[in-house]
Formats: sequence, C-alpha cells, structure tokens
Amino acid sequence: MPALEKYIGAKHTRNPHTIYMLRLADNALILGQRLSEMCGHGPEMELDMAMTNMSLDLIGQAKLLFEHILTLEDLAPNADVLALTRPLERYSNCLLVAQPNVDFAHIMLRQFLFSSMQKRQYEALLNSNDSTLAAIAEKSLKEIAYHIRFAKGWVLRLGDGTKESRDRMADALSCLWRFTGEMFTCDARVADAVEAGTSSDFTKTYSDWKLEVKTILSEAGGLTPHENTRMIMGGHFGQHDDNLGHILSDMQFMQLSYPGLEW
Amino acid sequence: MVDNAHLLNLLAEIMDPEIPVINIVELGIVRGIEAADPPNIIITPTYVGCPATDMISEMIREKLDGAGYHNVGIKNQLSPAWTTDWISKEAHEKLRIYGIDPPGPHTASCPRCGSAHTKLISEFGSTPCKALHACKDCLEPFDRFKCH
Repeated sequence: MPALEKYIGAKHTRNPHTIYMLRLADNALILGQRLSEMCGHGPEMELDMAMTNMSLDLIGQAKLLFEHILTLEDLAPNADVLALTRPLERYSNCLLVAQPNVDFAHIMLRQFLFSSMQKRQYEALLNSNDSTLAAIAEKSLKEIAYHIRFAKGWVLRLGDGTKESRDRMADALSCLWRFTGEMFTCDARVADAVEAGTSSDFTKTYSDWKLEVKTILSEAGGLTPHENTRMIMGGHFGQHDDNLGHILSDMQFMQLSYPGLEW
Repeated sequence: MVDNAHLLNLLAEIMDPEIPVINIVELGIVRGIEAADPPNIIITPTYVGCPATDMISEMIREKLDGAGYHNVGIKNQLSPAWTTDWISKEAHEKLRIYGIDPPGPHTASCPRCGSAHTKLISEFGSTPCKALHACKDCLEPFDRFKCH
C-alpha cells in the first residue's frame, strides 16, 4: 500500500499546492455527501431533486479535484482512494459543511453561506498557475451560481415567511454563523497556496462577503447574526466534531469493508 | 492515416445517453480531433457531476474500437467550459420534438402546445442539465434545457 501511505503521509503535506486542493475537494465532498442524505427525504419532490442535483455537482467537483491531486502526485487517478479511505483527522474540510441536516432552513442557510464563499474561493483560482485547476474552477463556477440562487431564494422565503419558518431560519443562523469565520481565515495553508501561485488570496473578500450575506439576511425577516460570535475553527487542520465522524462511518463503510470495490 | 471526417461521422452515431435523440457531436461534447498520429478525440463534460460523462467516454471507446480505431485516444478537456451555445441548431429542433424546451434567450415555451404562458417549477430537473417548468395553457409539465 505505498500509494495510500504516500497520500496521507508526510510527503503530501509538504506540497502546498496539492494540500490546498485537498481542502477544496474535501469541502465539496463532505457537503455533497451531507446533501445526498436528503435523497428521498426532501419536503417535496422538486426540492428533493434540487438538493440531490447540488450534491451531484459537489461530488463531481470533488472527483475532478481528487483525480487532479492524484495525477500531480504520480498516483493512479482513483478518486475513491482519497475520498473514502482516509482517517477522520486527514480530512481538511471546514466544519460548516459537516453540520447536520436539522431541517430545511438549516440546509438552505448552510448552502447559502457555503456557496457564496465558494464562489469567491473559486474565482481566486481562475488565474492559478495550474491551468487544470483554473479549468475546474471555471467549470464549477457555472454550477455554483445556481446553488447560490436556489439557496438564497429559500433563505429569503423562509426568513420572510411565517413565524414558524422565520423561527427556524433564526435558529439555523444562531447555530451556523459560528462556523463562517473559519472559511475566510488566511491560515498558513492559504498563505502557502498564494505564495505557490495556486490561488489569489480570496480571504480578502471576507468583508464583502459579510456585507452581502448580512444584506440578504436582513431582507429575510430582519435576521442579523451576532456581531461578536466566537468563531469555531479546526476543520481545515483535521480537528473535527463527531458530525464528520458520523458522515464518514456511513460514507466509508463499503470501501473499508471491501477495499477497491467498484460500482 | 486516420480520416477525421470518418471519425466525426462515427462519433455522430453516438446518442447522448440521457437525451437519446441528439448525438454527442451536435450536443457540443466532441470539441474536435487533435492532430497527432494517432489522433485524439477531444471531449468536454457538460456538467462536472454528470453521471453520463464516464458512460459517454466508454461509448466512444467502444465505437472507435469497433471501427478499428483502437489506437485513437480520447482526451478530456475542461476549459473552455461547455456551454449550451455549442448545441447545434438542428439539435434544438430535435429537443423540442422530443419534449424538451431548448436553451436560448427566448421565454420558456411549452414544447407541446407552443405557449409561452408557463411557470418555473424548479431550477433543478430530472438531470443536471434541465429545469422543470409547467405550461399554464395545456397544464403539462415540461423540461427546459438550462442555459449554461
């Protein structure tokens, strides 16, 4: 198993370019998996299809990124190995994407907060010195625009809807806002990726993002996030809560039980 | 030497697995043939998560092998990203007859009765490339190819 060792071991963490792409891939994979749990459980059929379509888009992004990482690392481009066999602390997704599907308000707010960040994160890749990564970003941005429009529409409708729907959106905001700071932190890996020419520094758009999101929230029944929320971080560096543990036990079961299994 | 025109004709025999009335050339998935010896077929995915992408590669492989072009390669190209502008005019008409409102700047219109009096039900339809609409005149739901 030299390939897997190579992958999750020390060598990997020394390449700022692939380690940054792994973060992008993990974000897309874990949110895609979370959304896929809603397959067959949407509040109505069209919304069920919308959530599974977004899930498919995100898992498709993750697959392209994993394959590209593996190619650059001279490994066989089998995305399953990276996606489905690593231990929990090797996943570098942000905490937000693993948050549970409490109700439809939580799901839509999580999507809006993430996709509006992801748009900025991927725009910063368009001038990457890695032309394949830039192409993946260009392709994905077309889909992200749909995700934002869909999720934003529901944040507005629920926030500005009945007392019940507004209460649920307010609850979602109070639960999820604390995970937003992590996404825009210019940590060492972002800085290394900027230095390596992988990406420009999208974390500089944090205040623009906050302004945009707060404007939508205030239109959504006058919701406002707490100004001095203590931001919770760690996911990008493998410190996850048990939400990710539950996702992995479900997602990894087949590959860990039957290594190399193919569809 | 491989005859490019012959290759393109072969590829045009491959129908999209999700919309079996249009072929992969008129859908804009086949971007061209890279001159090399042997040449490579350049293809691009419509949507990154589209499950048909792998299937299309396999269908092309099978078609090429069947015609003795086992050494012709298939290359995936992501940029420039696929756009519905690459769907040919003939394919637009085939889509309409099949019951899918083709993409374009026009107001969504019912492929069955032609009415432009329609409503959007969901931006996410039965496949990643389609949105679900309904006709307010004939009351039938219909798919519209998303502008992308």
